[in-house]
Amino acid sequence: MSDSTTTAHGALAESHHEHPPYQRHHFESVEQQFDTTNFAMWLFLLTEVMFFGGLFTAYLILRNWYYPAFVAGSHQLNIGWGTANTAVLITSSFTMAMAVWNAEMKRKGGLVLCLVLTFILGLGFLGIKTIEYHEKWEKHHIPGIRYSVKSFVNPASDPDIAQYGDKPLAPDMAAKTELYFFLYFAMTGMHALHMIIGIAILGYMIYRARNDAYTTGHVTFVENFGLYWHFVDIIWIFLFPLLYLISRHQ
Amino acid sequence: MSSAASTIINLPDQSTARIPKVNFLTKENGLLSWLLTGDHKRIATLYLISITFFFFIGGALAGLIRLELLTPQSDLMAADTYNKVFTMHGVIMVFFFLVPSVPATIGNFLIPLMVGAKDLALPKINLLSWYLYVVAGLMAIYTMASGGVDTGWTFTTPLSTHYLNTNVISTGLAIFVAGFSSIFTGLNFIVTIHKMRCPGMTWFRLPLFVWSNYAASILMVLGTPVLAITLVLVVLERTVHIGVFDPANGGDPLLFQHLFWFYSHPAVYIMILPGMGVISEVVSTFSRKRVFGYTAVAFSSVAIAVFGFFVWAHHMFIMGISNYAALVFSLLTMLVAVPSAIKIFNWAFTLYKGSITFETPMLYAFGFMGLFTIGGMTGVFLGATGTDIHLTETYFIVAHFHFVMVGGMLMAFLAGIHFWWPKWTGRMYPEKISQLAAVVTFIGFNLTFFPQFILGTLGMPRRYAAYPPEFQVLNVFSTAGASILGVGYLLPILYLTWSLKYGEIAGDNPWQATGLEWQIQSPPLTENFATIPIMDHEAYDYDWLERQHEKEVASVG
Amino acid sequence: MSEPNEHEHHIVSPMVYLTIVGALLVGTAVTVWASFIDMGPWNPVVALAIAVVKATLVVLFFMHVKYSTKLTKLTVISGIFVFLGLISMTLADYISRAWGRW
Repeated sequence: MSDSTTTAHGALAESHHEHPPYQRHHFESVEQQFDTTNFAMWLFLLTEVMFFGGLFTAYLILRNWYYPAFVAGSHQLNIGWGTANTAVLITSSFTMAMAVWNAEMKRKGGLVLCLVLTFILGLGFLGIKTIEYHEKWEKHHIPGIRYSVKSFVNPASDPDIAQYGDKPLAPDMAAKTELYFFLYFAMTGMHALHMIIGIAILGYMIYRARNDAYTTGHVTFVENFGLYWHFVDIIWIFLFPLLYLISRHQ
Repeated sequence: MSSAASTIINLPDQSTARIPKVNFLTKENGLLSWLLTGDHKRIATLYLISITFFFFIGGALAGLIRLELLTPQSDLMAADTYNKVFTMHGVIMVFFFLVPSVPATIGNFLIPLMVGAKDLALPKINLLSWYLYVVAGLMAIYTMASGGVDTGWTFTTPLSTHYLNTNVISTGLAIFVAGFSSIFTGLNFIVTIHKMRCPGMTWFRLPLFVWSNYAASILMVLGTPVLAITLVLVVLERTVHIGVFDPANGGDPLLFQHLFWFYSHPAVYIMILPGMGVISEVVSTFSRKRVFGYTAVAFSSVAIAVFGFFVWAHHMFIMGISNYAALVFSLLTMLVAVPSAIKIFNWAFTLYKGSITFETPMLYAFGFMGLFTIGGMTGVFLGATGTDIHLTETYFIVAHFHFVMVGGMLMAFLAGIHFWWPKWTGRMYPEKISQLAAVVTFIGFNLTFFPQFILGTLGMPRRYAAYPPEFQVLNVFSTAGASILGVGYLLPILYLTWSLKYGEIAGDNPWQATGLEWQIQSPPLTENFATIPIMDHEAYDYDWLERQHEKEVASVG
Repeated sequence: MSEPNEHEHHIVSPMVYLTIVGALLVGTAVTVWASFIDMGPWNPVVALAIAVVKATLVVLFFMHVKYSTKLTKLTVISGIFVFLGLISMTLADYISRAWGRW
């Protein structure tokens, strides 16, 4: 057991054991470093679950209270774009998982390709989101800033939702559509913010991957980022039905 | 070992003792070596200075509150100003003092030492956590300097979102940032405790301080994000007027409260659990006895964390939740008291037939046990919906939470600071004056807050600058007590600072305590251990300690 | 080391990933198709059920939880548990308000 006599030496008494350059000094082994950072990323994802959890709670309560408004609001979302975005994100999860596999197999070319594909798909997602948000701006469906209930009190005036045969909402229920759109923007906006951060880190990783950073045995960063990316995908997997698919059959 | 002594303090010969030349404080010099450090002990020191600074700001605000309440009229300050003073007092004390107090200072310092590691799992995240705290603190200071906020620390909607023009947004953002500081600390602890224990250090050989911080860290990681999103929603409500908390727009003010208290109730356990960990260590050391029922105390920490997640609506009994929800939450609140009580019983049984001495940490620990018990029991009174209807929003609540937070947590914090001061700095604090300060604090505390229980039952509402004249006598007692309390808190600052230069050299183990941190030099090396230790004995094993002494005596001789 | 070195660095094969992404895309199509069918109160249930299945596939295979330590699995479960606690107990209040005063 360490005691004051051995500390008189000051520095490490044992010979400096061999370890890879990417192993931090407070870890005893590369396995411990990997295990530790992996677990840390999982805990961070738990905090993200609870962070989005507050928004999901608000959503569930308001949807319960104002179901007709939520239906009408949901009809305003373009199901084509939404489905496309879901497919894009799911595919990007696939390319990210393949990126991790390539790193584990030490295949630099494959790794860079998969990271670039993930990056492009991520940008594609954001691009589609921009189109959708722009549409909302055009139609005056930005809550608090630029909002009109015309499409809800008079659905006939809105050609985009003709297929649903919506009945006009009473003015007070129509006003609640603003809450739906608030949740739409808050949840997809928070999600998009996480995508932007992820894409930025992807850019950094592509640069580092091209310099062999992840194909010499040290896959931790790629693997842990993969966890983050898949988590962002999972959030969207829930956002899509909850926001886009509220009763499309009416 | 001293026999039948009135103290267990065992210092090296002062004429020859020296602080070890190489230690974490002297290893590197210069401001940058501190501001860019990864060393958990340096970060703990940075935190200690920062939270002490905020404690005194919060304390000054408390002084203003008590001064105003000397007289029944709102004569020292306008009612609006008074609202700002108690709000900032609450915000600073809760988020900038109590939540980080033990974990970020003592926890940061000790957890790697106690598990036998060279540092926390994520040193850079640890440093980031401190920077986030500092940024949040600056934002809070900006809030105060630019006019303050007067919503109460609970930001109840729709008052905070629609009816006030004060700095709600900047305060909300400050707390948001502080919340992430807390999350990163908790995350670091959980990872370290799971993954960095030294060989032989099984879960049930860990000191109970580690178990308590582990439980508190789970709460930090899972609860704080909900506060974060709630504050985001409040900021959005104020800026964009989305209506989610606004009844006029179809929102629900109670939604805010559900989300807010989902964090803020576990927050009180975040605040108290690490303090309970300190008490376990102190009670064991100063009764020379292993903690009674180690497993029960360990599991009770985890139980408090788990149950603590499901009682939040007991802060909302009168706010409009359904009777059925009130029933369920009341029942769960009764249950959550049980693990806390288990700890008190186990500490009492630890004391029984122990060799008790009354050094300063132990004085604070005794104070804790008595005052926390009173505070905790009054919590059970409040958990019953019938009594809560009458006592909520009165001074009874104020007294309840000050008993647990100040009489409990702050005393535990001071116990911990005194207990580990020799390890941290290599020097002892002056024992006599510190014992005096502990007694002064205890007396001041009781005089300040006990009358508030009576005031509450008599019906004096909280958060009012003016009150009916019949309440004045008790308020005067309370203010008098507060001035004594202030002296009690000022003294440690003075003598602890003094001790940095003039305190006696402590040596490795002035308390003759068990635990890995006491087997290394004071102050420790930057890397803590020259070689990673191998843990081969149970926690609180005083027999092992005895054998160590015999070995040392034999080998030197 | 604190935990026995059970870190099986099990490398998941690309074929598994391909199968999973296929399943996820099919699931997406099914969700959209199902939303156009009138199932009354079961629509949201079906939609959420499919979402849960998709999320489970991502967690188990893309995030390697199927091949990971007990600790990782416990971590995931505890996060879900607390999240469900938040939602269910809050919703329980709202729903039971309609039941009146006893």
